[in-house]
Amino acid sequence: MSGFVTFFGLAGAGLIGLGLYGFLAHAHLLRRLLSFNVMGSGVFLMFGAAAARSPALGADAVPQALIITGIVVKLAGTALAVALLVQLARSLGRAALPEDEEGPRA
Amino acid sequence: MTGLVFDLLLCALLLAAGLAAVVARGLFAGVVFFIAYGVFVALGWLRLDAIDVALAEAAIGAGLTGVLLLGAIGQLSRAGAEAPAPRPNIPLALACGGLSLLLGAAFLALPDAPGLQAEVAAALPISGAENPVTAVLLNFRAIDTLLESIVLTAVLVGVWALARDDAWGCRPGLPQRVRPDGVLAGFGRLLPPLGLMVGVYLVWAGTKQPGGAFQGGTVLAAVWLLAAMAGAVTAPRVTDLLLRAALVAGPILFLAVGIAGALGGSFLGLAPAVAGPLILAIEVALTLSIASTLALLVLGPPEARA
Repeated sequence: MSGFVTFFGLAGAGLIGLGLYGFLAHAHLLRRLLSFNVMGSGVFLMFGAAAARSPALGADAVPQALIITGIVVKLAGTALAVALLVQLARSLGRAALPEDEEGPRA
Repeated sequence: MTGLVFDLLLCALLLAAGLAAVVARGLFAGVVFFIAYGVFVALGWLRLDAIDVALAEAAIGAGLTGVLLLGAIGQLSRAGAEAPAPRPNIPLALACGGLSLLLGAAFLALPDAPGLQAEVAAALPISGAENPVTAVLLNFRAIDTLLESIVLTAVLVGVWALARDDAWGCRPGLPQRVRPDGVLAGFGRLLPPLGLMVGVYLVWAGTKQPGGAFQGGTVLAAVWLLAAMAGAVTAPRVTDLLLRAALVAGPILFLAVGIAGALGGSFLGLAPAVAGPLILAIEVALTLSIASTLALLVLGPPEARA
């Protein structure tokens, strides 16, 4: 395994934890959505790095195609989530779920 | 050696920008860091020799997602929803850090496994595309791409379903007010011709070189959104038949080709003799649908004009 691919795989692992933290720790839904996107690209990066471990054969096209599909679907999901949370904010006047309003859960 | 140092720095920047995006005090600052983060991730894909993914990440991950999130901030503040500074949660941070360590250890322990490079290279001459990623997307794994294009349409239906009853039939998104001599108005006229050329080139080059319907379509969507934000074009009404036709042209042509393949033996199977022109036709129709769907997804549900 060549060194630089390992860096990106480990960075992907770090981003997954980072995104998960933001997703669970924030009550604000837009912050959660942003964190979820960070977690998603961490998953893609780890997957892509895992596929690039044997550079002698050149880049593997199949994982690349899967990741491109994933990136587009991630945007679609984000757009739906934004539309939902804007409607929620308009009807409630806040951008957090009612059960998350009273600070962090016990 | 310089390559290794560059990669190490890039990974550090990537993690720092991701951290800043997640824990930033202000939401606006978080989104700006997220956009920078997307550009660093795209650079990472370049280093991993995945140029198609780098293009998609730069256009979609950093570009359109950034616009979408910035737009959401504006809508939320208009709705009166404030964004308090987040409080750190140390036990949770430790748990998530532990998860990252476990994932990292798992990555290091992965056994060496051959990829599918040899299989893709062997079938590339009869696939109708010279770019292996395009061959996978539109021939070998065409079913994924077909379903993905249908998912995009389904999500747009979901977004439009959130429109209020009195707004149905109106134009999507809030009206834009632009200072005629402002920066946005200037760039809204300066950049679209360039972006149009880049977008069309990415689609055209996609069968031979990195690029393709998704990357090109995203650039075209961004060009149209920029022109719309600058007030140079107005969004069509959601009931517009031409718009509806553009939205479904790609999936329908793709499905028709798939069914024609089924009659000839295998669903979505492309005969080697006609695979090249068919892939180009699907790419062009898909680009139209992807560009219009993504632009409308970012604009949001139709809004009644006051």
